[in-house]
Amino acid sequence: MAYSNSIKDIYQAQLKEIKDAGLLKQERFIHSSQAADIEVEFPTGSAIKKVINVCSNNYLGMSSHPEVLKAAHDGLDSRGYGMSSVRFICGTQDIHRELENKMSKFLGTEDTILFPSCMDANAGVFEAILTSEDVMISDRLVHASIIDGMRLCPALHDTFKHSDMEHLEKKLELHATKRLKVVITDGVYSMDGDTAKLDEMVKLCEKYDAMLFVDDSHSTGFIGKTGRGTHEKCGVMGKIDIITTTFGKALGGASGGCVSGRKEIVDMCRQKARPYLFSNTIAPVVVSGVLRVLDILSQSTERRDKLESNTIFWRKGLTEAGFILKDGDTPIVPVMLFNAKLSQDFSKDLFDLGIYAVGFFFPVVPQGAARIRTQISAGHEMHHLEKALDAFIKVGKKYEILGKTKQEIIDRYGC
Amino acid sequence: MENMKEVILEYVIDEYCDDESSDISFDTPLISGGLVDSFSMVSLKRFLENKYNISIPDDQATPEAFDTVTKIELLVKKFL
Repeated sequence: MAYSNSIKDIYQAQLKEIKDAGLLKQERFIHSSQAADIEVEFPTGSAIKKVINVCSNNYLGMSSHPEVLKAAHDGLDSRGYGMSSVRFICGTQDIHRELENKMSKFLGTEDTILFPSCMDANAGVFEAILTSEDVMISDRLVHASIIDGMRLCPALHDTFKHSDMEHLEKKLELHATKRLKVVITDGVYSMDGDTAKLDEMVKLCEKYDAMLFVDDSHSTGFIGKTGRGTHEKCGVMGKIDIITTTFGKALGGASGGCVSGRKEIVDMCRQKARPYLFSNTIAPVVVSGVLRVLDILSQSTERRDKLESNTIFWRKGLTEAGFILKDGDTPIVPVMLFNAKLSQDFSKDLFDLGIYAVGFFFPVVPQGAARIRTQISAGHEMHHLEKALDAFIKVGKKYEILGKTKQEIIDRYGC
Repeated sequence: MENMKEVILEYVIDEYCDDESSDISFDTPLISGGLVDSFSMVSLKRFLENKYNISIPDDQATPEAFDTVTKIELLVKKFL
């Protein structure tokens, strides 16, 4: 047997280290569809509990939308379950190209290529378009999948301080002689909920002849007046060279992602991006669902408008109650608790009160910046938000943190 | 010649810390301590090469060699 006891011991020791450090990730089994109201089994084996979900990426409440379900059923019936092939052999259906064209129209870009996930899009795009003669200059807080993609790329990699435009400009000057330069940012940062300064970044990129890459996974469908994303919000539609985004969040939440942008960039991905070349693309049933989502979002801004008003209510309610929030106006609303154990205890107490929200702490967020990250949805009705707010206030009172400053909370609980 | 350690420390604080009053000493672990990620070493290497007119081979620009200001000074002196 190749899997000897000594091999087993190595893994068991590593797993113990993770557990002892309090970093063991545990899944909570959901026995219902994804929605504002869900039924959760946690801990495993315990009775199923009905709770309000305030931590999903289901920003527009499309994950279980009846019209999306019907479109997915129809797609399953008409196009089958799987393709059993990568795109360029015999894995491309008409609906795959239809979705690429619809995404280009929705985002205001020249062309789009689908990937199995946005993680794959980010993993594949840089290696496909850059060489060792080039440089990638990324914000220091970009998503892990972008970091993985940059690791796979031979181009030089440098970073700039989060959202610091002066620092970015210094880096653009430093690397001015490189053949190609790409500035890389998230559109909305998933842990803090802040938005990239795309208007300023576009100006800098124009000044230094650099391309601009934006991962808009936490934006597409609801940020901007008509939900096109951060480029719409910042007034730079048509000026972002590379957008990556996901269908796994606001656009139905199933799976899949894409690279959208300049035609030549998309063409290069179609020739060279390894996750595209060596993996099946999105299943027909999911493509059919996303097509319907895009139709619904293109017909009306009702859902993103509701999300906006829900977000305003939620941020205002928490602020007036005396919680410390990260600044911003997106549906990602981090409630700052600073101390890791407090964030876990707080989350557990919320769950007992019927609210599902997860605590994040180092190394997911910086040391001393533990928090409960809440995410608001258009699927939330006012009664959901009022009940959740009431629970937050009850737990906040229990731990006596309402109206307290950061320093006062740290003095009491540590960081 | 200005104190090399001071020069490197000043650059590290300016380049990698958001808060300029950050409590970093010559022996603070920069990379293993999570202050500087391995990607961000690029700018530090470039700074050292330009400042001291040296060339540090990639195989010597390791995370271990860049982990503290003291170690960085030792590395730079090898190529002066």
